[in-house]
Amino acid sequence: MLKITNLQKTFNPGTINAKTALCGLDLHLKDGDFVTVIGGNGAGKSTLLNAIAGVWKPDYGTIEIDGVDVTAMPEFKRAKFLGRVFQDPMKGTAPDMEIAENLSIAARRGTKRKLIRGIKKNERQQYRELLASLELGLESRLSSKVGLLSGGQRQAVTLLMATLQRPKLLLLDEHTAALDPKTAEKVLALTDKIVSENKLTTLMITHNMRDAIKHGNRLIMMHEGRIIIDIEGEEKKKLTVEDLLGMFTKESGKEFANDRTMLS
Amino acid sequence: MAFLNALPGAIAEGLIWGLMAIGVYLSFKILDIADLTVDGSICTGGCVCAVLIAGGVPAWLSVILAFIAGALAGTITGLFHTALGIPSILAGILTQLMLYSINLAILGGRSLLPIDARSNKLVLNMIDNTHAIIVAIGIIALMIIILWKFFYTEIGLTLKSTGDNPDMSRAQGVNVSLNKVIGLAISNGIVAISGALYSQYKGSVSINDGRGAIVIGLAAIFIGLSVSLKIKPNFVVSLIGVTCGSVVYYTVYNFVMLLGRKTDYLKMLSAIIVAIFLAVPYIKGEYFTKHKPLPIQKDAGGEGNA
Repeated sequence: MLKITNLQKTFNPGTINAKTALCGLDLHLKDGDFVTVIGGNGAGKSTLLNAIAGVWKPDYGTIEIDGVDVTAMPEFKRAKFLGRVFQDPMKGTAPDMEIAENLSIAARRGTKRKLIRGIKKNERQQYRELLASLELGLESRLSSKVGLLSGGQRQAVTLLMATLQRPKLLLLDEHTAALDPKTAEKVLALTDKIVSENKLTTLMITHNMRDAIKHGNRLIMMHEGRIIIDIEGEEKKKLTVEDLLGMFTKESGKEFANDRTMLS
Repeated sequence: MAFLNALPGAIAEGLIWGLMAIGVYLSFKILDIADLTVDGSICTGGCVCAVLIAGGVPAWLSVILAFIAGALAGTITGLFHTALGIPSILAGILTQLMLYSINLAILGGRSLLPIDARSNKLVLNMIDNTHAIIVAIGIIALMIIILWKFFYTEIGLTLKSTGDNPDMSRAQGVNVSLNKVIGLAISNGIVAISGALYSQYKGSVSINDGRGAIVIGLAAIFIGLSVSLKIKPNFVVSLIGVTCGSVVYYTVYNFVMLLGRKTDYLKMLSAIIVAIFLAVPYIKGEYFTKHKPLPIQKDAGGEGNA
C-alpha cells in the first residue's frame, strides 16, 4: 500500500543549522497494516509523516501509495489518498465553520468540487448518525461552530473527517498527545474502532510506548532518521516496554530520550 | 435641516461604498488577507466605467466590464502572493502601485474624466438620490444573494475553509493557492463595481479616487459587525451589517462636514476609528481582564473534573 525507498531530507542544508531528519529510510506497508511509530526527540517521526503527506518535497527517494508515485505530487492532490489527524487539535478542523460544513468538505476529498449545493439534504442525516457513533453528544450540534468544541471533541471530528472518504492510508501524528489522559484513551479507542471497521492501512505516531505496543499489528522505532526496530505479528504481541528500551539501547548505543515519552 | 437635506446623498454614497465594504469583507474576514489592492482597484473600476461610457458603451455593461477589470487586478495580487510567494500585504501594495499607472493609462493620461449624467443613461446619479438609493439597494441585494448562494456551494465552502484553516483545507484536498486567487479576484471585482457606480454617481472619475478606501471598508466592517454579530452571526446578516456600517460611516462623515469642521482631517478620523476597533479586543484582554481568585471549595477532594 505504501512503499518508501531511500527517503532523505536535510533541513537548512549548507548552513550551521543543517539537520538531517531522514537518512535513507525504507518502509513498506502492506494493505491493512496498522503500524505504530515511536522514537526519541528528533528521530524523524513527524518528518516521515509530513513527507508522506507532501508538506515538502524530499531531497532523494520515492514515495509510492498504492502503486502511484506521489513524490512530486503537491499536498492538496495527494490528499485524495490520505486521511490525516494532527497533533494540534486546532489544526484539523475549520473553527469558524459548522460541524456539518467541515464534514461536507471532508466528504468531498479527492473529488472534483462543483458549483452545486455544498451540503445535500440527506447528508445531514448521515452525519448525524456518524456523529452519534462517536458518543460525544455531537449529533444534536450539527450547526454548531467547531471552534466551540473541546480539544477531544475536535480530534474525534477530525478523525471522522479523515475517514469519511475511505483513505488508502491514515496518518495519525500523535493525535492524542494534546489531550488529557481520559480523553486520549477515548480517542484511541475510537481510532481502533474506525481502523478495524474500515480495515484501514494506518501509520500512527505515539509518544506512549504502552499504546504503541497495545495498538496495531506492527511497531517501528525510529532513531536519527532511520528505522532501527521493526516488529510485527506474534512477536509484537509479546513485547513489553522493558524489551523495547533494551532493544533501543542495543541498536543505538544510547539511552532512550524523549521528554514526552511515557514509559509505563 | 441642512443635515436632513444631505441625508439622502449620504445614504446613497454609503450604500455604494457598502458594496466596496462587502468586497473588503471577503478578503479580510473570509480569506483572512488584508488586501491593499482595493485602493487601486476601486479607482480602476471607476476609470474603466468612465472611459467606456465616454466611448458609447451602455452604463450597465460598463459596470460589468469594470467587475472584470477589478477581478484581473485581484488575480495579479493573488498570483504575486501564491505563485511568487510574496507576503499578501506586500503583494497588495505592489499591485496597488501598478494600478496607479494602469489607471492613468486607462484615462489616457488625464487625471480627471467627467461623465455627463444628462447625455448618458447612467445606472445611478446624484441628481436623483431616491432613484440612486433604490438602485444601489437593488444591486447590493442581488450581490448578497449571489454571494450567499456561492459561498454555500461545494467550491464556496472550500473558499471559507481556506481562510479559516489552510492546513485543514490542504489535508482535505483543497487547492488553497487557487482559492486565494479566486477569492481576491471576486473581492476586487466587487470593489471595482463599487468604483464604477461611484464614478457614475458623482459624475466624474479622478486618478486619486479610492485613496484610503481599504480603511473606509474596514471601518464599515467593524461598525457593521459590532452590531450584526450580536443579532445573528451568519454570512448574510454579516454582509447586510457591513453595508449598514458603511451607511452609518457616511452619515457621520456628512454630519461632520456640515458642522463645518475642516474636512482635511477626515482621513485621519477614519484611520483612528479603524485603529480603535482593531485595538479594543487587545486592550480589553490586556488591561481590563481582572484576575479572579478561585472560589474556596468547601469540601476539598472528591471527583476532580479536569
